Amino acid sequence: MGQRDHWAHDIYDVFKAYAIAIVSHVPDAGHSRLIDLCASDAAMRVVPLSTEEEGVALAAGAYLGGQRAVLLMQSSGAGNCINMLSLIKACSFPFLTLVTMRGEFGEFNPWQVPMGQAVPATLAALGVIAQRVDAPGDARDTVDGAAGLAFGSSCAVAVLLSQRLVGAKRFGEG
Amino acid sequence: MVEAPRLHRREVVATLLHDRGDLAVVAGLGATAWDVAAAGDHPLAFPLWGAMGGAAMVGLGLALAQPARRVLVVTGDGELLMGLGGLATIAAQRPRNLRVVVLDNEHYGETGRQPTHTARGTDLAAVALACGFPHARTVRDAGEIEALRADVHRRDDLFLAVVKVALTDDPMVLPPRDGVYLKHRLRSALLGSAAMLE
Repeated sequence: MGQRDHWAHDIYDVFKAYAIAIVSHVPDAGHSRLIDLCASDAAMRVVPLSTEEEGVALAAGAYLGGQRAVLLMQSSGAGNCINMLSLIKACSFPFLTLVTMRGEFGEFNPWQVPMGQAVPATLAALGVIAQRVDAPGDARDTVDGAAGLAFGSSCAVAVLLSQRLVGAKRFGEG
Repeated sequence: MVEAPRLHRREVVATLLHDRGDLAVVAGLGATAWDVAAAGDHPLAFPLWGAMGGAAMVGLGLALAQPARRVLVVTGDGELLMGLGGLATIAAQRPRNLRVVVLDNEHYGETGRQPTHTARGTDLAAVALACGFPHARTVRDAGEIEALRADVHRRDDLFLAVVKVALTDDPMVLPPRDGVYLKHRLRSALLGSAAMLE
């Protein structure tokens, strides 16, 4: 796969189309290319977080000030967000997060499985609409639709980037 | 032995918000939100009714999106302790227009006055400095509040101030609690009515 053909570029293009100004993250190897693309864009501010719920509150504050933010995290972070998602729901803030999944396809680390498997139920509990990407060719349309739903209809939307898409991590890769 | 704090939280907040101009204010849940409401409900105020630990990060998002406007986060020691990592996240961004004032009564006042970690040695100003805040201090005397007010309204850099306040029972003054209303009210005040048409 060529550099430009990677699905991360498709997602970055969608971020540009929706004028995403703030990209917060707790890093994940699966997001690293997208984070690099955003960091090299002078129109985007990349905000590293110490824990994922910070990115939920940050997105709310950014929207209050007229900017759109996206939170990048891995599946283990979804549970960390749960009470902070009250803020999104109580105020009907638009909210978009991209979640790289662990604990599913080919997972080698059993400690990733409990939270990874609980992500859809965790998000659903706070009213976050989850949409899944399994094939690289679907990333652009799915993220585009998710951003439209989030920012057009003031919804909370998560795109789950499946472990099959991101690539199952193997032992020794971190 | 450290002297018992004497400052009164309502008076501190009233002084800080007197003649507030175009300052945007995010208030942490509980007593600080009531303090901010007691100083006068205002379209540029965003009082939280939940999301404990999130006030400073809401302030960061607002400050980054509105770099020309000063943004004040007022919160309590318990609320800040729940989101301490956010201080490191904020310091890493160093938004010059953000300021955080912690009203530290060393207790969870809303839940039965259980002591917080600040009653047992945690120094939140030192934490902020260690996280990389360029300026942080602890205020204990009434004579320092005017200088703090000047910093809130005029200082052109990120800072955190811990104000040691007495543990008091103040009359509840409740801000609006409909989050959708609070969101639209602040956005309209900041961005104009066009924000409603987005």
